[in-house]
Amino acid sequence: MKLSREEVLHIALLARVGLTEAEVDRLSEELSNILENFAILQKVDTTGVPPTAQSIDLQNVLSDDKVTPSLPQTEVLANAPQKEGHFFKVRHVLE
Amino acid sequence: MPTIHEANQLLKSRKLSSVELTRACLERIKEAEPKVHALVTVTDQLALKQAEKADRLLAKKDNHNPLTGIPALVKDNMCTRGVRTTCSSNILANFVPPYDATVVEKLNNAGAVILGKANMDEFAMGSSTENSALFTTGNPWDLSRVPGGSSGGSAAAVAAGEAIYALGSDTGGSIRLPAGFCNVVGLKPTYGRVSRYGLVAFASSLDQIGPLTQDVTDCALVLNAIAGYDSRDSTSVPHPTPDYTRCLSTELKGLKIGIPREYFMAGIQPEVEAAIRAAIDKLAGLGAKIDGEVSLPHTPYALAVYYIIAPSEASANLARYDGVKYGFSYKETDNMWTAMEKTRQHGFGAEVKRRIMLGTYALSAGYYDAWYLKAQKVRTLIRREFDQLFEKFDALVTPTSPTTPFKIGEKTDDPLQMYLSDVCTIPVNIAGLPAISIPAGFANGLPIGMQIIGKPFAEETILKIAYAYEQTTYWHKRRPNL
Repeated sequence: MKLSREEVLHIALLARVGLTEAEVDRLSEELSNILENFAILQKVDTTGVPPTAQSIDLQNVLSDDKVTPSLPQTEVLANAPQKEGHFFKVRHVLE
Repeated sequence: MPTIHEANQLLKSRKLSSVELTRACLERIKEAEPKVHALVTVTDQLALKQAEKADRLLAKKDNHNPLTGIPALVKDNMCTRGVRTTCSSNILANFVPPYDATVVEKLNNAGAVILGKANMDEFAMGSSTENSALFTTGNPWDLSRVPGGSSGGSAAAVAAGEAIYALGSDTGGSIRLPAGFCNVVGLKPTYGRVSRYGLVAFASSLDQIGPLTQDVTDCALVLNAIAGYDSRDSTSVPHPTPDYTRCLSTELKGLKIGIPREYFMAGIQPEVEAAIRAAIDKLAGLGAKIDGEVSLPHTPYALAVYYIIAPSEASANLARYDGVKYGFSYKETDNMWTAMEKTRQHGFGAEVKRRIMLGTYALSAGYYDAWYLKAQKVRTLIRREFDQLFEKFDALVTPTSPTTPFKIGEKTDDPLQMYLSDVCTIPVNIAGLPAISIPAGFANGLPIGMQIIGKPFAEETILKIAYAYEQTTYWHKRRPNL
């Protein structure tokens, strides 16, 4: 199990995490080492075993269709790094 | 510091006021913090106001909550309205939540006094608090050693007498490991028992909030206050909540306890094994029927299952930190993608990035089946194994950790070695079970924790066993010399 620099850069792109050159090298080594150790999972026979996403029996929990008060706009926007009027300000999405 | 139940007696009999108790904690914080570094934020003015309010409630002589007027700390990943909640991360360094987590709301409704927010590994990812982007917390028993993590600030502060109790969160052992390392009681409730609303999400199928306290009675009292259904958490379970103090008795006759041999693996520190074996003998002396030859054969796979599932969930949960809605934002660019990448590059620490990368990899096209889905299937096998044992046993007893607290810096260069600290606690989160860590001895002046694992929603059984054991020992009464 060896993760190349290119693979690390591809995953970083998927995760939108910027990495320095040194971080790319280190992660390539660390992730390879971790995955190599976790490869023991492949030895477990899971034929016919369903996956478990969570450990309780609840399914499709729906809330009542009822209007409840929400936070005031000023409070929701209070932590925004950039805002304009009643909006979060974002950078250009379309050129 | 007094325990909750001791302080409650003093408050009720008017021998002590909440303001006096709160001042005593704040004094202690001033004295201990330069050495322990357990707290990210101290809300002294707010705490004194809450204490004054609590004193007015206590004066009314009505039936008040046992937590009224008692000073507590909250791990810094639980939202506190108007009080900075950092997750010990640069990306949330200035985040002030506009709402309270359900557990915080419950403490407030109980008339509790909140002294501040406790340090942790960034986003609860770690076993030592060394991944905190702010500072590392020292173990009050030996300041050159780690307090365990990720709720290390909560555990160290309770051990150092900075608060009467604290709340922590536990995704793979983050309450129990620090409890064991700091000689306090720590409970991870059954998944779904305590609302996660307002808990900054790490791995949503594993995260659970629980108490860190000075003894088992206090643990039951705090669980009483925070447990219960909450419509704002869709994984909160609508089971009735008992009074957890009613199960506390010293009679263990008829209880069947299994000792899974995989938890006494190669590499376990001999003093830890000896202490836990001695504790098990005590449980037998109290009337419990012990079977020492029990097996959970999939235990060796639990670590890999956890470190695939938790980072996968984390990579999805942490996608929300894009520098737009709140938190740190990289401003020196007009490009949307560059801004997002730089925000996350500078906002997240090394371990958080490592886990986001690992999780993204395990979920990515071509690897999903081999890693994520495979881990979920082995998760099923681990849960089934526990279910089968619990047909025959009421509880399982193990060490909380294979070793006593390690040195600061000892494992920071080797992520896998650090991950191994959680080897005894992780299977419990994978299966969603309740488990408690209680003080069970010392080796070279360092605490040893014993873990008691129960059936889903059988917190009463493990509290009862923990309580019975505690009554026969003095470990929990020992305090570190700071």
